[in-house]
Amino acid sequence: MAERYYTETHEWVTVQDSLATLGITDYAQAQLGDVVFLELPRVGKLLEAGDSFGVVESVKAASDLYSPVAGTVTEVNESLNVTPELVNRDPYGEGWLIKVHLNGDLGEGLLDEMGYKALTEGQTH
Amino acid sequence: MLQQTMSGRRTPLYLQHVNACARLVDFAGWEMPQQYRSVKDEQAAVRTAAGLFDVSHMGRFEIRGAAAGEFLQGMVTNDLGHLGADHAQYTLLCTSGGGIVDDLIVYRRGADDWWVVVNAANRDKDTAWFQQHAPRGIEIVDRSEEVSLLALQGPKAAILGPMKEIDPAAIPPFGIAGGPVAGVPSVVSRTGYTGEDGFELFVPSQQVASVWEALVEVGAEPCGLAARDVCRLEAGLRLYGSDMDQDTNPYEAGLGWTVKLEKGDFVGRQALQQMKAEGVRRHLVGLSGVDRTIPRHGSAVRLDGSVVGAVTSGTYSFWLQRGIAMAMIEAGSGPVGTTVQVDSRSGSGQAEVVSLPFYRGSARRAVRP
Repeated sequence: MAERYYTETHEWVTVQDSLATLGITDYAQAQLGDVVFLELPRVGKLLEAGDSFGVVESVKAASDLYSPVAGTVTEVNESLNVTPELVNRDPYGEGWLIKVHLNGDLGEGLLDEMGYKALTEGQTH
Repeated sequence: MLQQTMSGRRTPLYLQHVNACARLVDFAGWEMPQQYRSVKDEQAAVRTAAGLFDVSHMGRFEIRGAAAGEFLQGMVTNDLGHLGADHAQYTLLCTSGGGIVDDLIVYRRGADDWWVVVNAANRDKDTAWFQQHAPRGIEIVDRSEEVSLLALQGPKAAILGPMKEIDPAAIPPFGIAGGPVAGVPSVVSRTGYTGEDGFELFVPSQQVASVWEALVEVGAEPCGLAARDVCRLEAGLRLYGSDMDQDTNPYEAGLGWTVKLEKGDFVGRQALQQMKAEGVRRHLVGLSGVDRTIPRHGSAVRLDGSVVGAVTSGTYSFWLQRGIAMAMIEAGSGPVGTTVQVDSRSGSGQAEVVSLPFYRGSARRAVRP
């Protein structure tokens, strides 16, 4: 299983060969509460690292999604159209958001499991 | 090293919340459950069965003194002269300038036992407000510590076993009765903040955990503040601090029905009389999101490009399956049926102006005794 990296804005990414899978973290889904809609990019969209690639709407708030990677969107999780709650139920599995064909290496500033844990524990008041 | 811990105040049910794996959030300085399971499931329980909320963060005050009823009548906007024994009334406190200090419920237990329940965020402000106006002989006693408050809401609230001893079906809307709930002497009122039939339970704090557990045991679903917010918004119930504040007058907030100018003098009466005569320049309306629009608190509301107001609270209603909101907009700018634009994360969405409430539940209105 590919190692998972995290952003300070609570997205996660795993990479296998040059295909990256993106989602939001368990911490993020818990903070947001029930996810009700996702606005995700079209397949073929070109992303730069740091670009906003969509919006997640929950009962509580609407939040931007930021891509930690540069590349081309190759797949969007269509099942979220019907069951957005997959993001709450299984954020690292069935609740993935998009797949991106990487254009180069992973961006800088990504956190590993330990680094992300430290970040969120600091934020849990 | 600085240890960061949530430093909010805790209700006597804190352990029950933690044991139920609630996600705790800060609300007005209190560590309160946001949700236990999903908001969708909790809200469905309120609409179809029974949901149980810990609302002990709200302020409970006893107003003591021979003239307590007269004192309150001179403080609140609604007419307590119509309030019989063992009944409660929704009302407002206003400044002398007519701004809303808080919305609250006044409880008249028996003939001379007066209590008020106020918003958590306004506990200190309201205490000071009452004390500032209280004449000699009137005492404002904070009973919030010793008496906890639960809200049991939903069409099945009245038939739960632990409730049976007080004969809940016999309590009229906004009525009050005393008796044991799960064996614990309590005071129960047929009130709530969800639009659904149900009860609010005043329970001695030392025994509130056993009442909570007995109700959960028979199927009442623990519900957090997130579900409470969705329910109250669907029911068109205002939230102080979001939909109204001290810069809002009751007519703008659509709460003119709680202002009884003819009852005699009370704080704010003169200003309110003038406001009523002049009419409002802005007012609270309902917004129903078109397509996937969820109007959010603070978002600008536009009509043909120009800003006519702002969203005061908004969420997604699982029950109605669309975004719903309240917004304060210029009077006359958006009659019911008008399509307006609402700023959103992804640019702009559309919403339709609708009348409140969005949803009528099983709750019935108070009938004058």
